[in-house]
Amino acid sequence: MTSENIAAQRIWTRPPIIPNPNLRWALIIGTIIYLIASFATIDVNWIRVYEGLERGKKFILAFSNPNFVDRWDEISYGMIESIIMAFSSTVVGVIISIPIGLGAARNIAPLPVYLICRGIIALSRALHEIIVAILLVAIFGFGPLAGFITLSFATIGFLSKLLAEDIEDMEKSQAEAIKATGPSWLQWINYGIQPQVMPRLIGLSIYRLDINFRESAILGLVGAGGIGATLNTAFDRYEFDTAAAIIIIIIAIVMALEYSSGLIRARLQ
Amino acid sequence: MAIKINPNGTKVWALRDRQTQLLNWAKWFIGTIIFMYCWQMISAETDWDFFWDAPTIAADIGGRSVPPKWDYISELGRPLWDTLNIATMGTFMAIVLAIPVAFMAAHNTTPNKLILRPIALLIIVSSRSINSLIWALLLVAIIGPGVFAGLIAIALRSIGFCAKLLYEAIEEIDENQVEAVTATGASRWQVMAYAIVPQIMPALAGITVFRWDINIRESTVLGLVGAGGIGLQMQSSMNVLAWPQVSLILLIILVAVLVSEWVSAKVRGAII
Repeated sequence: MTSENIAAQRIWTRPPIIPNPNLRWALIIGTIIYLIASFATIDVNWIRVYEGLERGKKFILAFSNPNFVDRWDEISYGMIESIIMAFSSTVVGVIISIPIGLGAARNIAPLPVYLICRGIIALSRALHEIIVAILLVAIFGFGPLAGFITLSFATIGFLSKLLAEDIEDMEKSQAEAIKATGPSWLQWINYGIQPQVMPRLIGLSIYRLDINFRESAILGLVGAGGIGATLNTAFDRYEFDTAAAIIIIIIAIVMALEYSSGLIRARLQ
Repeated sequence: MAIKINPNGTKVWALRDRQTQLLNWAKWFIGTIIFMYCWQMISAETDWDFFWDAPTIAADIGGRSVPPKWDYISELGRPLWDTLNIATMGTFMAIVLAIPVAFMAAHNTTPNKLILRPIALLIIVSSRSINSLIWALLLVAIIGPGVFAGLIAIALRSIGFCAKLLYEAIEEIDENQVEAVTATGASRWQVMAYAIVPQIMPALAGITVFRWDINIRESTVLGLVGAGGIGLQMQSSMNVLAWPQVSLILLIILVAVLVSEWVSAKVRGAII
């Protein structure tokens, strides 16, 4: 056989994404087995789903005719409460997360402090806001205070972790230069490290305000204040037009927040 | 860089000049006023007797929840499996739906900039701004309680997230490869399959695993509104004040979240 013949017989195929064939086949077969097992165990009441389509259509139609008027008092009250909770919890969360973030940066904190701060961060990140809110409502009673504490706690996990990572990535020479002038520890932090992480800290705080507002919209489901309670009532009464109005307001506020936070963050960088 | 002049005439280095300093103070002042106002509103809504009572109640609940009721674990297998299914199938469904949305939303692949792109962006924004718990609430009202409602809720919430990250990845691809494949006379779909898809494959896998990890966290609470999973058990245990069961469920959720985070970090580490 001549070499041209061999070349003609060999057809190019795309290289597979996972080069190791054993791993590839194991993954494919595992996925198929999992899919079969999960399809077999999810029991869907198709009749109920089919009956629900009518309601689904009604709900989608409600978006073309949202009802802002009938429950405007409740909606506006819930919205203001949500915004207030989001804002104040962001402020308190940021203030608390700065020392924890400093403590969780390995390059400036001693090991015991580092471990404690990382522990706080891990705990705050692992628990879903709703679970924290349920426990806090049980402890502090109904109302926005429980929601405020929940969101502050969630902010700490988010912000401290990212702040600590930012401090760990900082330019060492700047901090060293300040240290060479003989500052106190606070002066060192303030002049050597703070200017380096400040833009990112402000950007992250604004981003977190955005997240906190979104989260505050659901805390009302468990009685922790905010618009969620009104939304829940609207669904329970099948008042889809009011629910649509609330959802439209939430989307509008989230979009406005996201847009302005994008602008501010772009200006900082 | 600014200079401050002391009363005796010596010049001293200062971080900011007078005007910026005053401006900064004004900003802080306004911020503090807004915060105080907000705090007042929260305080007016709060029953402070409950607040001062909180340590006693917390100690009481804490005392009742230990030790966790370990036997109850035999009843949690099925809810945990449901939770896993909601998260995994929801992520699958979301990725399948997010891919076309992402291709429509990316500048360089969108078939129509005037109509299809804004529609895709609208889908992304509305899916992202509504929490999965609200989606679940809505779907429970429409198609009834159960795992299926939770699954769809997770999928709807994840479409926006996945599509947003994916379309950013598509916009960052290397155009030279696209040009090279186009130069061989490939059709539009062939260009997509041979020039674009291989470039975004690692990003796609990373996004999937990342979202799956988040979805495990979210699906643990969907049961609170009746959308299946381990949250249902938690809700019913809390309703009968069975705190030892609640603490066991919380422990299991914590373990599940940590395991999924570990898996997702491992997989992403292997891809990148």
